[in-house]
Amino acid sequence: MFLDNLVLGAGGASLNSGDIIATLVIFIVLMLLLKKFAWGPLMGIMQQREELVASEIEAAEKARKESHQFLEEQKSLLKEARTEAQSIVEGAKKQGELQKEEILTVARNEANRLKESALREIESEKEKAIAAVRDEVVSLSVLAASKVLSKEISEADNRALIEETIAKAGEAR
Amino acid sequence: MNHEAPLLEVGFLTFNLSTVMMLLVAAIIVFLIAFISTRSLKLKPTGMQNFMEWIMDFVKNIIKSNMDWKTGGRFHVLGITLIMFIAVSNLLGLPFSIVYGHELWWKSPTADPTVTMTLAAMILVLTHFYGVKMKGTGHYVGTFFKPMSFMFPLKIVEEFANTLTLGLRLYGNIYAGEILLGLLAGLASSGAVGFIGAIVPMMAWQGFSIFIGFIQAFIFTMLTMVYMAHKVSDDH
Repeated sequence: MFLDNLVLGAGGASLNSGDIIATLVIFIVLMLLLKKFAWGPLMGIMQQREELVASEIEAAEKARKESHQFLEEQKSLLKEARTEAQSIVEGAKKQGELQKEEILTVARNEANRLKESALREIESEKEKAIAAVRDEVVSLSVLAASKVLSKEISEADNRALIEETIAKAGEAR
Repeated sequence: MNHEAPLLEVGFLTFNLSTVMMLLVAAIIVFLIAFISTRSLKLKPTGMQNFMEWIMDFVKNIIKSNMDWKTGGRFHVLGITLIMFIAVSNLLGLPFSIVYGHELWWKSPTADPTVTMTLAAMILVLTHFYGVKMKGTGHYVGTFFKPMSFMFPLKIVEEFANTLTLGLRLYGNIYAGEILLGLLAGLASSGAVGFIGAIVPMMAWQGFSIFIGFIQAFIFTMLTMVYMAHKVSDDH
């Protein structure tokens, strides 16, 4: 009883030729419909994803390279800035040294000048004082002498005499 | 077990209405699964889209294991449709079968040798078609005399054997599964003892039939691509 069913066209005495056509038509129509409505869009989206992934990888690679380049640029810039800063500091130091020297020399000169002028003033003051002392001494001497001598000699003669004496005394000193 | 088929004769064509109906049901289910799961396609796939993409990649790998993708890409749609249609068809007869009057209406369409042989013959015709189309008639005829010309009769036999085995393997597996399920169902409906006795083997066999249903769909698609590769690839 089962054996009948294992023969081609089972269940019927004749070959179900209509089934063949039905199978073909249904399968092919299904395939076309699926291609249009399901597989096509799905394949499209998978393709799109593949492209997206590829482009993303490319972009990432590019960004990596760019950032690397940027980093190098920044590094070199930093180095440049550092050397520049160093040179600026050095220049400033040198200039400072120079300025210091200048200021020192100016100050030293000024001090010398002040000292010299002070010395000169002292000298002249001293001269003046000596002259004044001399004058005083002369007039005192004259006074003393006139008191001692009580003799009226002309003051002019006297004076000349005394001055001479003093000058001599000055020379002797 | 020995149910009649609801036959309809239109002119010289004989339709088995249950087969036609089940083919349509299988086609509609496959179409709905595929259609619904590809409605909101996203670059970042979710849910059913993942499943469909998995199937696509699965078939893609089957093709790639037989020929290079440049040649095989054109069979992708055929492969996916085949594997889904046959898998769904195989599973249709598992949960129940419907007998109306004396006529068996609900069954797996692949439990009908006419259907499986039609699919197998279609595949073989397609392999010959693509063999001629992609390699030229000369090369195509030449393959029948390689590696030795005395192999020619064997090559001819091979083509028919391929068709027969491809179709009947599927039919046999699914039909046997349904017969056993039918027997177990008969046992289960025979009485209380029979029902209890039938539950465990029924569950085991249904589980096994699900497995066989998927395996047979995979084998059918695999062999389709193997035969296709025989005809269209250089290295086979």
